[in-house]
Amino acid sequence: MIAFVLRRLFQALLVMLAVGMVAFALFRYVGDPIESMAAEDDTAEFRQELAERLGLDDPAIVQFGRYILNCLRGDLGISYRNKRPVAELIADRLPATLELVLCASIVALVIGIPLGVYTGLHRNTVTSEVLQAVSLFGISMPTFLTGIILILIFSVFLNVLPSFGRGEVVDLGWWTTGFLTVSGLKALILPSITLGLFQMTLLMRLVRTEMLEVLRTDYIKFARARGLTDRSINFGHALKNTLVPVITVAGMKLGSLIAFAIITETVFQWPGMGFLFIQAVHNVDIPVMGAYLMMIALIFVIINLIVDLLYYAVDPRLRIDRAVAGGYTS
Amino acid sequence: MTAIAQDLWGGIRRFLDGDIVYSFRQSKVAVIAALVTFIMISSAICAPLLSTHNPFDPTTYNLIDAEYPPFWMEDGDPRFILGTDNQGRDMLSAILYGSRVSMAVGFFSILFAMAVGIPIGLISGYVGGTLDAVLMRIADVQLSFPAILIALLIDGLARGILPGELREGLAIYVMIFAIGISHWVLFARTVRGSCMVEKNKEYVQAARIMGRHPFFIMLRHILPNIMGPVLVIATINFALAVLTEATLSFLGVGVPPTEPSLGTLIRIGNDFLFSGLWWITIFPGAVLVILTLSVNLLGDWLRDALNPKLR
Repeated sequence: MIAFVLRRLFQALLVMLAVGMVAFALFRYVGDPIESMAAEDDTAEFRQELAERLGLDDPAIVQFGRYILNCLRGDLGISYRNKRPVAELIADRLPATLELVLCASIVALVIGIPLGVYTGLHRNTVTSEVLQAVSLFGISMPTFLTGIILILIFSVFLNVLPSFGRGEVVDLGWWTTGFLTVSGLKALILPSITLGLFQMTLLMRLVRTEMLEVLRTDYIKFARARGLTDRSINFGHALKNTLVPVITVAGMKLGSLIAFAIITETVFQWPGMGFLFIQAVHNVDIPVMGAYLMMIALIFVIINLIVDLLYYAVDPRLRIDRAVAGGYTS
Repeated sequence: MTAIAQDLWGGIRRFLDGDIVYSFRQSKVAVIAALVTFIMISSAICAPLLSTHNPFDPTTYNLIDAEYPPFWMEDGDPRFILGTDNQGRDMLSAILYGSRVSMAVGFFSILFAMAVGIPIGLISGYVGGTLDAVLMRIADVQLSFPAILIALLIDGLARGILPGELREGLAIYVMIFAIGISHWVLFARTVRGSCMVEKNKEYVQAARIMGRHPFFIMLRHILPNIMGPVLVIATINFALAVLTEATLSFLGVGVPPTEPSLGTLIRIGNDFLFSGLWWITIFPGAVLVILTLSVNLLGDWLRDALNPKLR
């Protein structure tokens, strides 16, 4: 177990180092940092001084080391455009994105899994055929189009829900939340559905396929032969065994929710990290791009790590296999 | 070179002659999806013949015609079946040309992904060992990030590197590169998996004993026999690539507005949503969804048809 965790941690560290290298190369070699930071009329001496202060004359490896150290200390550089520390910008935007992602994953899990179980258990009814068709529609629909259609229906035609922004937010010092005001909650509805819909249909289809496969296995037949109730078979035996792939996919998709938040945030002008990133891409604001990249990489690495560990907790077979394999090799 | 092409074609033919085509004829959904896809692709190719004017050419449309709704609505004009946009462009023509750009980007980026992924998969699967481990680790790392994020990043990078005047002109190529790079992993993994199975078969061993060069064996013996799964991945990924392109264009980092794809049309239309001009957004969106839906349906069917468990 410990060897497994350590190996995973080492891999995660390697990934982070590689991403850090990309972010550093971005900052150092794409465009000219001095040119982007200095004003038009700054003197040559000032530029020289700036270069010295940033240490741009040192060997690349020294600069890279310093960059990583700075990142670890939470200093992610200064945005070219806003002239504000990037860490501050991201901290401002983080709550908006995380609240949106949280609501979207709740939408996806709470609706997706039950629908998947239902269509898996009653595969030949009209309802599940319709649900299957709708879900296929759902995965073919690009996120931004879902958002636009929802805005068209609920904001333009019916005029009941806001189409942009977070509404009123309450400032809790280091965190701003939209959960505490009516307008904040109303503003969350459309973006969460938009972001969650794709993952919801994906989860539903996954749970359905897994249920179908598990229901065909011998131990389910055996459980039936033992005379267990349908309820206990379906939920105690079948659903439990579909959970391994579902956890993997749900975990991985949590990461892509954060990435797809870029699109949802653009459609709804949601003041989160994704919107910040898109603006950075438009303005070629390299420090913000690099910092966002590392932030996302960190989130992904952590999620993957947790998913791997959850495997362990959920599937006892893995534990035995590894223990046996570990016993022989070491 | 022609010999390799012939072998590849043979591999594809053997694949098409088999059970797959039989199962295709049995599936109504697959036939309809294929028909819709075919109609959409051919109308995109024939866009200049089918459209009433060229929406890229400002001399062919007039601001007076702007903002007509579709012809069945009250103020509609029978000249513009799906209405016009804010500049007087016929929506139907714009959609035809737009789907042309979208499909071209999708097609070439998948071609590019194949050109990168297939050789890496072949070498990785055939040679094995450390090289395989390193290549697959890289693939794993890339696969843990969503393709759209990687494409966005490459696109953003290109913006930083390219000087302003080149940016517009090269935008389409940058996008093909970005989407292609973000999709190669799936090809590499599929090819590697199949290659590892094939390389232990007798015909490969025979070729090896005859002293054929490993590259010759990979290209002329193994590759033709694994074209089936590669075709499936290519089909499914074509839909994904079209969606990725539309998304990037919608975010404003894709193809420039002078040569609008479906995504660009949707983005332009989005600005007029609140003026009630819904048709500028909804029609290109509907075309995009129908296209990806039918390609996805085809892909679904192919996956089932190739899955020996379900036969």
